[in-house]
Amino acid sequence: MEESSIVKYYLRKIIVAGLVILAVLWVITPFVISILYAFASKTDYYSPNILIPLHYTLEHIQKLLDLGATRAIINSVIVAVITIIISFALGLPAGYAFAKFVFRGKDSLKLLIIGLRMFPILVIAVPLVTLYIRLGLNDTLLGVALAHTAMALPFVIIISSSIFAGVPKELEEAAMIFGLDRKGAFFRITMPLALPGLTAAAIFTFIMSWNEVFIASVLTLTNRTLPAFILTSAMAAPDFIKFAAGFIMIFPAMVFVFIARKYLITMWGITLK
Amino acid sequence: MVDVHLKGIVKRFGKTIAVNGIDLDIRDGEFIVLLGPSGCGKTTTLRVIAGLEKPDEGRVLFGDRDVTYLPPRERNVSMVFQSYAIWPHMKVYDNIAFPLKIKKFPKEEIDKRVKWAAELLQISELLDRYPHQLSGGQRQRVAVARAIVVEPDVLLMDEPLSNLDALLRVKMRSELKKLQRRIKVTTIYVTHDQVEAMTMGDRIAVMNKGKIQQVGRPDEIYLKPANVFVAGFVGTPQMNFFDATVEIRDNEIILDASDFKVRLPRDYLPVLQEYNGKTVIVGIRPEHIYPEGHAPTTAKKLSWIEGTVDFVEALGSDTILHLNTGSMILVVKISGSHHYEIGSKVKVALDLSNIHVFDKESQVSLLYKRQREVQLS
Amino acid sequence: MSKVSVMEKYLPYILIAPSLAYLLFFIGYPLAQGLYLAFTENGAFSLENIEYLLNSPFSKFWEALTDTFLLVLVIIPIQVAIALGLAMLFNMKFWGRNTALYLVILPLTISDVAAGLIWYSMLSTNGFFNKLLMNIGLIKEPIYFFGYEYRPMEFLAIVLTEVWRATAIVFVILFAGLQMISQDHIEAAEVFGANVWQRLRYIVFPMLKPSLQAALIIRTLFAFQIFGVVWVLAGRDIPVLAGEAYYEQVQLRHTGVAAIYALIIAAISVTIGYIYIKLFRAQYLEEGG
Repeated sequence: MEESSIVKYYLRKIIVAGLVILAVLWVITPFVISILYAFASKTDYYSPNILIPLHYTLEHIQKLLDLGATRAIINSVIVAVITIIISFALGLPAGYAFAKFVFRGKDSLKLLIIGLRMFPILVIAVPLVTLYIRLGLNDTLLGVALAHTAMALPFVIIISSSIFAGVPKELEEAAMIFGLDRKGAFFRITMPLALPGLTAAAIFTFIMSWNEVFIASVLTLTNRTLPAFILTSAMAAPDFIKFAAGFIMIFPAMVFVFIARKYLITMWGITLK
Repeated sequence: MVDVHLKGIVKRFGKTIAVNGIDLDIRDGEFIVLLGPSGCGKTTTLRVIAGLEKPDEGRVLFGDRDVTYLPPRERNVSMVFQSYAIWPHMKVYDNIAFPLKIKKFPKEEIDKRVKWAAELLQISELLDRYPHQLSGGQRQRVAVARAIVVEPDVLLMDEPLSNLDALLRVKMRSELKKLQRRIKVTTIYVTHDQVEAMTMGDRIAVMNKGKIQQVGRPDEIYLKPANVFVAGFVGTPQMNFFDATVEIRDNEIILDASDFKVRLPRDYLPVLQEYNGKTVIVGIRPEHIYPEGHAPTTAKKLSWIEGTVDFVEALGSDTILHLNTGSMILVVKISGSHHYEIGSKVKVALDLSNIHVFDKESQVSLLYKRQREVQLS
Repeated sequence: MSKVSVMEKYLPYILIAPSLAYLLFFIGYPLAQGLYLAFTENGAFSLENIEYLLNSPFSKFWEALTDTFLLVLVIIPIQVAIALGLAMLFNMKFWGRNTALYLVILPLTISDVAAGLIWYSMLSTNGFFNKLLMNIGLIKEPIYFFGYEYRPMEFLAIVLTEVWRATAIVFVILFAGLQMISQDHIEAAEVFGANVWQRLRYIVFPMLKPSLQAALIIRTLFAFQIFGVVWVLAGRDIPVLAGEAYYEQVQLRHTGVAAIYALIIAAISVTIGYIYIKLFRAQYLEEGG
């Protein structure tokens, strides 16, 4: 009786550990394999007996960069940065208003933003083309960034509102009692406290823009962002070039996420609820 | 109904040791209180008894049944959680009925018992409500009703009154105690509130830093604290402590506390003999120091000292005097309302039959230790 | 004094207005423009695009519609089941939980295109999966996942990739929901005799219901926009709504037809979004009691 309950107790622990390992392996094996294959020599890749490549080369990455990926990466970064700037310039004030003010229609407005976040933003790409041609924005990075901003803005508002709400009201009020006005209290107290969270939100926005492929492909022709470039150019290339493309796409996202990992779960929790 | 035995329980969380070797025998039908400051391991001990935590070392016995590794459901225990843990998606009735449903009681029996428990806790008219429609006190009653409805072998309570307001807490204290007397279930009650412990417990186990400091009836804990921690933790205002050097000359014991000297009765001689010339910690409760004119006639052995009034707390029923004797503050409690000028001189008497002496190193009460030794020999 | 309070009164609206205007323009204008593009030809009302969409031999509309729904119906239940299991697994205490958690949600960070490429490296003829099976002797010839004649296998590859990539989203929502259930509630059930299954059935699932609904609907919403993974792994072998929109616009310059696809996706999403807000509202009122 007593023996069997000990056995059961440890058996349970082992099963839990086994399941966790299984889950982790399921997720990271493809990552590891695709990264290894991105650097594997051609002969290793085509040899049926070599499961884990033995010889590594930068050749595929180099070739991909020569094909135009360098330009595409730069384009992607430019688009992402413009997106962050515009969506934060517009979204932070709105987020602050939702977090710190009580006003009529607040709930409905917030619901509207949440509803707009649900909107399948890729839908706007096709009609935007005609508008952009008229405005001279077609095939420009600014044009893509403006569309990406429409995608990122609801997230920025919702995330920043929850970050600002997380800064206790008393701290701002204390600052106001000790001589600052509302603006001063915001810049001297709330902003510094919210900064780590906002940085994570910026990273989040960057990744959203970096990963977006549909809008970017539809709105550009020569000024491709990285995903758009890969979707149109790399698909016809040999396998190992595709793996290199995959690596280039996931690498910055993974680095950024590692930096912001502390906030990741909360961030997704906020944006997806 | 069952007696509970803890044998050498150790529980670690990572590097911190929450419970560090606890032995405790709890009698059948007893109301025992685990009392201690937060972080002392009392809640962990309770959770080990419940089966919610498995100890790293040691055994938990219910009667002669070893339940150490049994899951909670095979122990027939019940628990009142500090947060009450009333399930928000179930009505009050279903909350109380849940333990019975799980144990597959017949429907009529469930109904009978739920009504019985609800009646006992005076929540019969709330059975149809959802938890969010209840007040804190009502939720507390639901939690208790749910805990007693299965007639558990052991009833565990984790600070059940700590979320109630002061008035309600006093009321529930006596109600819970009466309830326990009525259904005679072995009850283990965790609290950091010494008044709760003193008023409710048949016995109290005082805990600190993962260890039991003393187990005893409330009066024993109060009158014969085993060490400085217990002496200081139980009782308000806190016991006065001061260092003093023991001098024994011609069978006379003098405690030299630099500001004043106290001559102890000879009864202390066997205990203090070996401490001649050494420093000990002396403790005396504020109510065992009497200002002139307030000494009870029964108090025989008194030692008088003088001090200046530093601060007065007028509580109405009591007056608390902070007395400066030179290098320390003595706190004195007088029952009733009395007026003292700050800065005035007051003579007070220490009641020497209620004095406590502790070893400076081990902080153990010398009197208590001596008693133990006598009992053992 | 009154000037300040008037200012204070309108300040929140002033702060919100630019964002709202931006969003309404960038969503409202394209919708209107989309309708115009879909139903006009050279400035006059025309059903030519609809005609093409439904009847042209070049259009894969019906296939795209069926395949999109089929993918949604296959992928979502698998994702929810796995995510639920994972969420409950990670709700337990074990050594290294945070690291494992970080690893498991890694796919959240990568794009659908990248996910497609990663799984291509797993499943291609010379990929890891085939080499593994051949080397341990389970198969003699590689299993072909890609190419028009292997469409069922392409479908399987898409399902695998989507399950791998987007289960994490469902997981995060459910995990957050589980974490919000106070441990006391579950432990109370444990103390009162409920076994693992009973604790799930009577306590966890009912309390997790709002999160489950949210996860289900958000995931469904995104699933109807599936594009990158399909395009990388199967191209037009398995047509989907967003893929056809892309193809008609970028390859064929049929802007009007692409606009119709966009409107269909929007209509489906708005319907699902409407259901979501309905449920969200109901839940909110219920809790407010």
